[in-house]
Amino acid sequence: MAKIKRLFNDPYDVVEEMIEGYVGAHKDYVKMCDLEEAQGRVVVAKDAGTKDKVGVIIGGGSGHEPLFIGYVGEDFADGVVIGNINTSPSPDPCYAAAKACDNGKGCIYLYGNYAGDVMNFDMGAEKADEEDDIRVETVLVTDDVVSSDNIPDRRGIAGDFFVFKVAGAKAATGADLDEVVAAAEKANANTRSMGVAMSSATLPSKGGPIFDMEDGDMEIGMGIHGEPGVRRGKIDTADKVIDEIMEPIIKDLPFVEGDEVYVLVNSLGATPLIDLHICYRRVAQVLEEKGIKVYKALVGPFACSMDMAGMSVTLMKLDDELKELMDAPCDTPYFTQK
Amino acid sequence: MKEYILEKEYFVQVIRDLIVLAENRKEYFTELDSAIGDGDHGMNLSIGFREVNKNIEAWKELSVKDFYKNVGTALLDKVGGSSGPLYGSFFMKFGLPIKKKGPEEGATFAEFIEMMETGVAIIKKRGKSTTGEKTMLDTFVPAVETMKAEYEKGTPAKEAMAKAVEAGKEGLESTRNIVATKGRAMRLGERAIGHLDPGAASAAEILEIFYNDMPDV
Repeated sequence: MAKIKRLFNDPYDVVEEMIEGYVGAHKDYVKMCDLEEAQGRVVVAKDAGTKDKVGVIIGGGSGHEPLFIGYVGEDFADGVVIGNINTSPSPDPCYAAAKACDNGKGCIYLYGNYAGDVMNFDMGAEKADEEDDIRVETVLVTDDVVSSDNIPDRRGIAGDFFVFKVAGAKAATGADLDEVVAAAEKANANTRSMGVAMSSATLPSKGGPIFDMEDGDMEIGMGIHGEPGVRRGKIDTADKVIDEIMEPIIKDLPFVEGDEVYVLVNSLGATPLIDLHICYRRVAQVLEEKGIKVYKALVGPFACSMDMAGMSVTLMKLDDELKELMDAPCDTPYFTQK
Repeated sequence: MKEYILEKEYFVQVIRDLIVLAENRKEYFTELDSAIGDGDHGMNLSIGFREVNKNIEAWKELSVKDFYKNVGTALLDKVGGSSGPLYGSFFMKFGLPIKKKGPEEGATFAEFIEMMETGVAIIKKRGKSTTGEKTMLDTFVPAVETMKAEYEKGTPAKEAMAKAVEAGKEGLESTRNIVATKGRAMRLGERAIGHLDPGAASAAEILEIFYNDMPDV
C-alpha cells in the first residue's frame, strides 16, 4: 500500500475514476463527450456546441482541481480536455473537444504555457482545421512572474482562472472568435502571479512526494507541478512571505498607484482558508500602501497541486471591459456568480 | 559480403523489451524528472507501454511500419505531455522508409539507419528543437549521426550500433552541463545544471535496447 495520505485505488486509474465521479456528481452541469476521439478525456457543458457562440475549451494535466474541469458549465468554459497527472492531454481529445464545442463560430483553446500542452493542443487544432474546417485559436496563459524573464516563456498558474473567466464571459456575449481572443490576451497581459510552496504534492503512482522538501522549509516561486522556484528557506510569517511574493508581482507589470486590481489568493491544495485569509489581509495592506485599489478578491482553492501546502497570489489589472467580463454571471460546479 | 539484415522478429522483440524497460525503469525516470521537471516521465512511459502491451500480440502480425505506427499512436494517445507526441511521433514515422515491405519482412541496416533518421527528424520538428537544449535530441542526434558515419566507413552493423549507443550516452552525459532552453527544465535556468535530462536518459536506454536485440551475425 502506498505510504501517502491519499485516497485512490489503482494509481493507473486515478484520472478515469476522478472523471467518472465528477461527471456523476455534477450531472446537472456537464456530460462526457461521447466522440470516439475524446477517449474518455473530454468533459463538456450540457449545452456545449448548441449556442450561437465561440466554443471555449480549457485543459491540461490532472491534479490541479478545481482547475480545469471545475470551470466547465454555463457562460464559462464549454469543454475541458483532461490529461494524466501533471501531464498535458493528447491530441485526439483536444481535437474532439473542438468538434464537440464548435457551433460554426470556431473555438478558443486556453491553457497554461507548457511545452507538452502546446504540442498536443496544436496537433488537435491542426486536425480540427484539416478534418472539420473548424477554426481554433489559442491563447496561452503566462502569469508566473518568476518562471522566466521573457514573458512568452513563462508558465501559467492560478492566473489561468482570470483568463478563462474573461474569455468565457466574452464568448457568452456572442462575440466572434477574434474578439474572444483579444479579450483573453488582454486578460493575460494584465495578469501576474507568484506562489510559495511548503511541501511537495504526492503522486499516487510514486506512493510519495514528487520532490524532497525538508519539514519547515518553503520555496518561494515554486510552480504548480513542483517546478523549483527562486529561493528555498525556512517557513516565515505570513506577512513576510506575502511581502516577498508581492514585490516581484507588482514590479513586473508594473502595477502602479491608481490601478484597480482583481485579487486571487489561491491555495495549492493543503493550505487552509484561515491561512489564506491571513495572507489576503497582508496582500490588501501592501496594495493599499502602494495606492492600488482592490476591486474584488477571491480567496480559496482555484488552481491546486493536489495535496501541496502552499499558496499563490494573482493580480489582474482591470479596465472597464475586464471588470464587466469578470462580473458577468456564470454557473459552474466550482465557480458561480449572479 | 552478405548484407546485415534485421528480421521482422527483431522489431517485435525491441517493442517487447521496451515494454519491460518502461516498467523496470519507471522509478529511475521519475527520480530524474522529479529533480528538474514534474516527476511524470516514468509513469507516463509506463502508461503508454502498458497500452502497447495490451495490443502487441495483434499488432505484431502487421508490417513493421504499421506495427510501429500503432505503437506510436498508443503512446501519443495514452501518454500526453511532451513524451507522448515526441516518442509517439518517433514510432509512428519510424517505419516509413520501409513502407513497401510486407508483414514478414525486416530491414537492412542501411534502411534501419534511415528509419532512425526519420524518427529523429520528426522529434526535431514536433519539439521545434535541436541538440544543446537539454532534451532527448542530445542523445538521439549524435547516436544516429555516429551510426551513419560508422556504417559509411564500413564498420560492421552491430559495432556501428555499439558506437552509436556510446555516442548517445555521451550526449546524455552532456545534458548535465546544459541550461535547458526547451521543456519544463527551461524554467530552472542554471539550477538544472548537474542533472541529466530525463528524456535524454530514456532515449539512451531505448537505443541500448535497439542495440542489444541486434543479432551478432
